[in-house]
Amino acid sequence: MSGVMKRMGMIFRAKANRALDRAEDPRETLDYSYQKQLELLQKVRRGVADVATSRKRLELQLNQLQNQSTKLEDQGRKALALGREDLAREALSRRAALQQQVTDLETQHQTLQGEEEKLTLAAQRLQAKVDAFRTRKETIKATYTAAQAQTRIGEAFSGISEEMGDVGLAIQRAEDKTAQLQARAGAIDELLASGALDDQSGMAKDDIQAELDRLSGGTDVELELQRMKAELAGGTSQAIGSGGGSSPQQAIEGGTGQDESQSQQQDTPRFDKQ
Amino acid sequence: MIVRIMGEGQVRLDDGHLTELNKLDDELLTEMESGDESGFRRTLTALLEEVRRLGTPLPDAALEPSELILPSPDATLEEVREMLSDEGLIPG
Repeated sequence: MSGVMKRMGMIFRAKANRALDRAEDPRETLDYSYQKQLELLQKVRRGVADVATSRKRLELQLNQLQNQSTKLEDQGRKALALGREDLAREALSRRAALQQQVTDLETQHQTLQGEEEKLTLAAQRLQAKVDAFRTRKETIKATYTAAQAQTRIGEAFSGISEEMGDVGLAIQRAEDKTAQLQARAGAIDELLASGALDDQSGMAKDDIQAELDRLSGGTDVELELQRMKAELAGGTSQAIGSGGGSSPQQAIEGGTGQDESQSQQQDTPRFDKQ
Repeated sequence: MIVRIMGEGQVRLDDGHLTELNKLDDELLTEMESGDESGFRRTLTALLEEVRRLGTPLPDAALEPSELILPSPDATLEEVREMLSDEGLIPG
């Protein structure tokens, strides 16, 4: 066939990754596939439950048989105690038949147990696979959505319509601007780091400046301290000199508040005078 | 075989019907290539009607890839020609 139908079909398949046909959306296919896997998992789980139920039923039967077997053994013992060997023989032969059934059931029980373990393991593995698929599916879906958006942008760039063309240009401009800003920020960082560019913000200081600042700061403190000492010394001598303005006791009290040792030294002669 | 009519959905067709549909399909291609607009419209309508008549529609939720694809009933000769050009159905 070489007609329109075939050719369109071929083109569709060739462009399948771009064909955004609703019913053939790969996201839907993935979801569908996931759904199928979940159903399968459900079936396996149901299988595990069925096997487990059969095993339980066997266990109940086994218990009943064991009880009957014990009962027959007791009966045999009693019969023997009563001197009824024939009865004892009957009881023991029935017990032997039961034991055969017990052995058969035990074999079946073991087989079922093995089956159940295998199925449980399979269910666990399948669960892990389904979980992994779900993650992968979501990733693929996200990638597909992104690709779809990219295709639309691509269409905009290709200028399908004037309007779309404008959108394309706006995107281009925004991308250029971002790239430019990023490049500029990167370049400035490099220049600052290399010292080729001064930091105008005043935030960064080199270590030498910091040390100088520290030293000058320390000097300022020392100078301030000296100045205050000098002021204090001058103030005290003024107070002594003026005399009549304030009593000696007032002078002492005032001095004590500022520098005790200094006051002691200076005030001692005045006590002597009194 | 699954056939899609663009804009309408998919139908399941028995392979036995393909021979008769092929005749119409080839006719449609010839008319498209020769630029016979009225012939193209007539044949496309006939082809689509045959597909609808012979096929069983698939539910919308069905996820089956289409083996054959047909243009929508209102597609013009020019549109179909463009679709079949090198650019394909999706530009880019």
